[in-house]
Amino acid sequence: MTPDPAHTHDAHDAHDAHDAHDAHRAIIAPRPLALDPLIDDPETRIVVCCGAGGVGKTTTAAALGLRAAERGRKVVVLTIDPARRLAQSMGIDSLDNTPRRVKGIEGDGELHAMMLDMKRTFDEIVEAHADPDRASAILNNPFYQSLSAGFAGTQEYMAMEKLGQLRARDEWDLIVVDTPPSRSALDFLDAPKRLGSFLDGKLIRVLLAPAKVGGRAGMKFLNVGMSMMTGALGKLLGGQLLKDVQTFVAAMDSMFGGFRTRADATYKLLQAPGTAFLVVAAPERDALREAAYFVERLAAEDMPLAGLVLNRVHGSGAAQLSAERALAAAENLDEPRIVDQMNGKAVRNSPETYGSSESPATIDAQADPPGAEADSAGTQDGSPAPDRTVEQLTAGLLRLHAERMRLLSREQRTRDRFTALHPEVAVAEVAALPGDVHDLAGLRDIGGRLATVRPELPTSDD
Amino acid sequence: MSRLQVVSGKGGTGKTTVAAALALALATEGKRTLLVEVEGRQGIAQLFETEALPYEERKIAVAPGGGEVYALAIDPELALLDYLQMFYKLGGAGRALKKLGAIDFATTIAPGLRDVLLTGKACEAVRRKEKSGRFAYDYVVMDAPPTGRITRFLNVNDEVAGLAKIGPIHNQAQAVMRVLKSPETEVHLVTLLEEMPVQETADGIAELRATRLPVGRIIVNMVRPEVLDADELEFARAVPRTAVARSLSTAGLGGARRGGNAERLVAPLLTQAEEYAERYALEHEQRGALGELSLPLHELPLLAEGLDLAGLYELATELRQQGIS
Repeated sequence: MTPDPAHTHDAHDAHDAHDAHDAHRAIIAPRPLALDPLIDDPETRIVVCCGAGGVGKTTTAAALGLRAAERGRKVVVLTIDPARRLAQSMGIDSLDNTPRRVKGIEGDGELHAMMLDMKRTFDEIVEAHADPDRASAILNNPFYQSLSAGFAGTQEYMAMEKLGQLRARDEWDLIVVDTPPSRSALDFLDAPKRLGSFLDGKLIRVLLAPAKVGGRAGMKFLNVGMSMMTGALGKLLGGQLLKDVQTFVAAMDSMFGGFRTRADATYKLLQAPGTAFLVVAAPERDALREAAYFVERLAAEDMPLAGLVLNRVHGSGAAQLSAERALAAAENLDEPRIVDQMNGKAVRNSPETYGSSESPATIDAQADPPGAEADSAGTQDGSPAPDRTVEQLTAGLLRLHAERMRLLSREQRTRDRFTALHPEVAVAEVAALPGDVHDLAGLRDIGGRLATVRPELPTSDD
Repeated sequence: MSRLQVVSGKGGTGKTTVAAALALALATEGKRTLLVEVEGRQGIAQLFETEALPYEERKIAVAPGGGEVYALAIDPELALLDYLQMFYKLGGAGRALKKLGAIDFATTIAPGLRDVLLTGKACEAVRRKEKSGRFAYDYVVMDAPPTGRITRFLNVNDEVAGLAKIGPIHNQAQAVMRVLKSPETEVHLVTLLEEMPVQETADGIAELRATRLPVGRIIVNMVRPEVLDADELEFARAVPRTAVARSLSTAGLGGARRGGNAERLVAPLLTQAEEYAERYALEHEQRGALGELSLPLHELPLLAEGLDLAGLYELATELRQQGIS
């Protein structure tokens, strides 16, 4: 007879009390996010994957694109800065700023993929909107060259610009876009406007011709401020740079209005009903905090949020066995070793792992329920003593399980915190994989995991 | 030990945590360190469980042994106003500039000016001296942008010095570059034992070296404890399931018979061991790849209970024991 796992929770000390999340899980279980209906819906034209760095955003975008293609849609995936192996898995390791068809897709759909080349994208805008002479004047301007090669905001602007271009071509049923690894995950919403309003803005006009703006009556005050400012900027940046900026602006004159208009158009595209945002996160505190900011921001901007994709979620087939009971049981198996130390190999942290043996000590201390020894003796009475090495292995398996269960409960706590803040957000969970994705099969597997709507995890009775 | 410690790493590897632990670790007896944040995320405040940091240096922690950790979240707008104030005594005109969007222009758009201001502020703190002639801070630790952008971020001064060929920004940029490319600076990279972060670390190091920025150490974060070793993992593949079931039963987990509580645990436990074995092999491979970079390597443990203030001190102790300070 084993005690009911749910009841053993009660026996723990105060430290473990907050681990017993099962009790309130039922109340705040998030809505499951079904991704297949989203990517199958012909009305869905754009899916934007956003979130903190290092949470598997690009992989999610690629896996979702592949899945949509294999379900019959004509898809293009726009990646910003894919890891080499991921790019290779889609056959797009050549960076040429145009979508390339991915080979090996099953079914009737098509998958195209591209990597953003922001400088090329910027150059293309210039070439498309200025006559050849003017275009080459702009392209050769030193200020333009550093601006387009990627100072703050340019990558975000160009990613959104590219999205607008792809959408305008109307060649694809669905565009899946990854967002740049920014300072803040929100930069791609702000940067286009900022860059747009800078390139079109009042300030630039002032730099060009201060007299024009100041000429109107009542603007005298402003004029004083502005000429002082140009003066200050000139002093600060050096006359040459300011001159480069002015030449650049003069050459861009024909495109004025264009930038802000374009930024506004892209922004509206993001708000359109055919667009769906997916916030990608991992069940870690920082990633989920950023996800929460994102959810709030999208709501404030009227951007349509489809839900949260939670990557790298761990599970266990033996969730009925708590970490504490697993450790106590492992302890029981270790007990006889004190007497019978034929093979004294340590089953725990080897010192070279990170030079400290503190963690096992704390684990042992926590896992020492009163009466463990008595239990062990009692069970052993009737049965023949099993092989020592098997017992050692079993103890190791139990410690491994305890580690897994701790991870599970930590992930659950962070998730609960998010769900408590945003109960309205639907969540798709993707089980953790031990390794990275190297090929289409790997992406397909992730796509399958993404689309699986996990049944509610069993909750305890109390 | 260089006085400016720059900490970078792929997103999600915990570089802010490592930077904070390093600042604590370096604040040995009587020493003072400044922990600088440049990305406006208020990650340091969250880590030290304090309210959002203003744009001023304030003490946020006392290290074991009496050292002090100060923190500063650099706001590029305010840094520029500071800077203008220092050079031009602008007074109220600074506010007018802000209103007109000039500050926004200068910090966000003007090529790299923002990054010049951020690195410039950190370098200023490195060089600052008290009246007594002692350095205001023994160490400055910067929680820097991620690996993908770090070289550009640190090297932006070179680029700006090339763009703005004269003027105070030019001079400032050059002065900053002299600090960044000197032995006074070390750039550390934080990684995990996973393929992508390790690859990015290798790429980052190559980029830093190509621009002659001084690379310091590799810090492997969130290393999981070794629960089963290679022999045990091999044994786990061959072990008779009934034997494991009996063992579990011996440990007090129920019946070993088919369908018994202990027997039902065997399959999932062995599956977890298989997953562990796969990860073990991957980690082994990644350790090898990191070893080939021939840089000092440190490992920090994954904290089982998640990261809190106590955990941060634990990591700092770990870094001290590994001889980083």
